[in-house]
Amino acid sequence: MADLKRTPLFPLYEEFNAKTVDFGGWDLPVQFTGIKNEHEATRTKAGLFDVSHMGEISVSGPNSEAFLQKMFTNDLSKLTANRAQYTIMCYENGGTVDDLVVYKKDDEEFLLVVNAANTDKDFEWLQKHVTDGVEVKNISSDIVQLALQGPSAEKILQTLTETDLSEIKFFRFKDGVQFDGTKQSALVSRTGYTGEDGFEIYLDQSEGPILWKKILEAGKDEGVQPVGLGARDTLRFEATLALYGQELSPEITPIEAGLSFAVKTNKEVDFIGKEILKDQKENGADRKLVGIEMIEKGIPRHGYEVFKGEKKIGFVTSGTQSPTLKKNIGLAVIDVAYSEEGEELEVQVRKRRLKAKVVPTPFYKRK
Amino acid sequence: MSLPKELKYSEEHEWVKEEGEKIRIGITDFAQSELGDIVFVELPEVGDEVEADEPFGSVESVKTVSELYAPLSGKVVEINEELDDSPEFVNESPYEKAWMIVIEPSDKSQLDDLMSAEEYEEMINEE
Repeated sequence: MADLKRTPLFPLYEEFNAKTVDFGGWDLPVQFTGIKNEHEATRTKAGLFDVSHMGEISVSGPNSEAFLQKMFTNDLSKLTANRAQYTIMCYENGGTVDDLVVYKKDDEEFLLVVNAANTDKDFEWLQKHVTDGVEVKNISSDIVQLALQGPSAEKILQTLTETDLSEIKFFRFKDGVQFDGTKQSALVSRTGYTGEDGFEIYLDQSEGPILWKKILEAGKDEGVQPVGLGARDTLRFEATLALYGQELSPEITPIEAGLSFAVKTNKEVDFIGKEILKDQKENGADRKLVGIEMIEKGIPRHGYEVFKGEKKIGFVTSGTQSPTLKKNIGLAVIDVAYSEEGEELEVQVRKRRLKAKVVPTPFYKRK
Repeated sequence: MSLPKELKYSEEHEWVKEEGEKIRIGITDFAQSELGDIVFVELPEVGDEVEADEPFGSVESVKTVSELYAPLSGKVVEINEELDDSPEFVNESPYEKAWMIVIEPSDKSQLDDLMSAEEYEEMINEE
């Protein structure tokens, strides 16, 4: 087995009884105290995540915006500085290269935060299309990314900085935020992947372990907990946030995955994949991502097939027993003809076909 | 890691307890801790036949599904119905409250193929 990559936080995991797993070539904590416990802490108090495996790519130069408008499905033109946007990169056939968050620092400087396992692929894809006046750099290894998520996130983080965090609204960010005990400043955005309020913090890799400890110390009384990838997955799943490799893939377009809001087919630029995505958006795609809830006992899992009668109509992209709702639920890409709420379907759970029904998403929405 | 001496263990992380002519089966403390929070246990029905080294049910954690492999062949005479409502027993009490099935073995000599607590401990330390 090839050596697994480690984030700068790795030496601290053991102290918190982390159980680590190989996640796309990274040795990352799947859990600390337990998935359900960490999930609940994030929903009710706060959870601290090391997400340093995420890739960061910088795009700079006078033609950056025009270049990214061609690469991304969402519309960057209305984005002002210090705002972030969820966006998608597609192939010509509409299949998905990756979903990502783009941070606009100024007119000529952008930061792209991409899925860890896709970092090299994305970088090559961008390089392949790059134009004059644009520089693309993979800066992933320089940066530590921490996420502090949950209703107490702001209160905890505020104790560590003079910057007024309440001024950072949803999907906005501030660069140059100074935290107690760290030498270099950080970029802080009000974003996340849990369905809760919270922040993502990008800082120099050398400062990561210091800030990690500071946050856990500052949030002790608020009940902050370190959270692993297991709960990160259940949290994002309940909030119905897509996971690349499950809801999105080269074989699934963002329209099929229900991400039309991030595909602006009326923007003037002919972005890659526009033709097919425009057709799907206007005329409807043949398949659609839906929520399903099991009627019979069983848990839908990634890759399980979905049937209507004897006809195979799709597959489960993600599924588990929801820790918040205590229901066996899943997301599935199925034939649009059977996607109406309440439609009864069957999921092949190992040797048995179990009844399920189509339910609305998101499964969880914060109050 | 708890490993009661009086039990026997399979390579698939089940424990086996001899109770006269019957055999009680569950999963080990090591197995539950590897799986994490158990949310669902699927068991056979009373009267079903199970076959040694073949799946007889499954346990699902939040994250994943694992098959349960029968350590011996035989007929299911009892199942732990409480696990239906309380799958967390598997995490809390793997050797007591979370026994899974009781079988009448068709060939008790299959017990000899299983490991002692020491042998099982050695195996998991190597993993």
